[in-house]
Amino acid sequence: MKIGVIAMQGAFREHEQTLARLGVETLRIRRPEQLSQIDGIIIPGGESTTIGKLLGDFNLMEPLRERILSGLPVFGTCAGMILLAKEIENSNQPRIGTMDIKVARNAFGRQVDSFEVDLEIPEVGQEPVRAVFIRAPYILEVKPSVQVLAKVDDKIVMARQDNMLVSAFHPELTDDLRIHRYFIEKVCKGL
Amino acid sequence: MGEKGTWVVKKGLAEMLKGGVIMDVTTPEQAKIAEEAGACAVMALERVPADIRAAGGVARMADPNVILRIMDAVTIPVMAKVRIGHFVEAQILEALGVDYIDESEVLTPADELFHIDKHAFKVPFVCGARNLGEALRRIGEGAAMIRTKGEPGTGNVVEAVRHMRQVMGEIRRIQNMPREELMTAAKEMGAPYDLVLYVHEHGRLPVVNFAAGGIATPADAALMMQLGADGIFVGSGIFKSKDPVGRAKAIVAATTYYDDPKVLAEVSKGLGEAMPGIDIKTISQTERMSERGW
Repeated sequence: MKIGVIAMQGAFREHEQTLARLGVETLRIRRPEQLSQIDGIIIPGGESTTIGKLLGDFNLMEPLRERILSGLPVFGTCAGMILLAKEIENSNQPRIGTMDIKVARNAFGRQVDSFEVDLEIPEVGQEPVRAVFIRAPYILEVKPSVQVLAKVDDKIVMARQDNMLVSAFHPELTDDLRIHRYFIEKVCKGL
Repeated sequence: MGEKGTWVVKKGLAEMLKGGVIMDVTTPEQAKIAEEAGACAVMALERVPADIRAAGGVARMADPNVILRIMDAVTIPVMAKVRIGHFVEAQILEALGVDYIDESEVLTPADELFHIDKHAFKVPFVCGARNLGEALRRIGEGAAMIRTKGEPGTGNVVEAVRHMRQVMGEIRRIQNMPREELMTAAKEMGAPYDLVLYVHEHGRLPVVNFAAGGIATPADAALMMQLGADGIFVGSGIFKSKDPVGRAKAIVAATTYYDDPKVLAEVSKGLGEAMPGIDIKTISQTERMSERGW
């Protein structure tokens, strides 16, 4: 199994390191032809406007959208979640837009409002997950086809729709491997 | 809700900026141009470094009104600069809600002995460094991000190259040193021992390290990335050139595709004139911004 990590901008190295600890091979994705060489893809945290712009300018947006619509497993964290959302509140920024969710950007406030918290995510285990939220978005609305996996104060911060997994926080910034393991085993391998 | 202003959270935003370009802006209009060109953040200031050099006098924190208007104009993170040691300017910027504070040698230092105690703030700080000892002292004071000092406002990348090579070379030296030599190395560099030990064990700084000061072309940006930078700050290089929009987009693309000469050749075409630039040898020692800080 080989997992691609979109490497236009952002914390792609942290995702590679987490996947390496799970014994999963990775590939930095910067050109469209690389999309045929992978079994799943991660869209990392970073700046969603920057990543979206570069995906468009370097002809990755359309092929990526097609691959995801035809079933390529994808995990978007923070900026990655924004890029996967069909709707972004008050924004027409370029996006992949394959998932039936509506998100709000910078929804918890500015950097001084960024926080870390213990989060209950029954799908990935009994023990809470330490979740790091950095200028984070959250999900305002979901269609019935979307499974909600975690909430902070009633705000949806993790969800799944078939081959698509998103989190508003950054599991790649902690040593907890459970969320990446969930992506590999449940979403990519369907175990 | 949860814990705010923790080290993980402060350092985390810098991690998210990696592989990106942070652009100096002086107006909301420039901030929008930067965001549309793909900047991952903007730095709000009163004058770009080239104009600070030209104007002379004392350079201070920007007017809060200008900073607030820039924060309203864009959705990407907004940074702002304070004078070295001026912790009240920093308190003001934190109260305004800026996302990152640059304790910067580009502004006229307010304290020539002591930097700000950055641990006392919830907002994260970026600081300049010419070598590993200076970088580790700043991190010891609480900086969650480091950048080279370079020589701002000159359009001349030579000092940024010197500082990046210096830091990366010293990291390699510390990494390969036997453990019993580390305390002497820490003493010689004037660096906290626990951070020297971290560098020895991990082969890198404990925080993100960007390149800054003198970057004027896509080739300059890619050069700094190939030398080991995590990302790029560009100041005068964009808004002092003939075509700021084209040049900003090209520098963003060059930072992502820094190891792909074909893309670099493509984005370098037809950008018009770069900023005029200054030969650093013609700047007297006392006017060199890279000599500020300790």
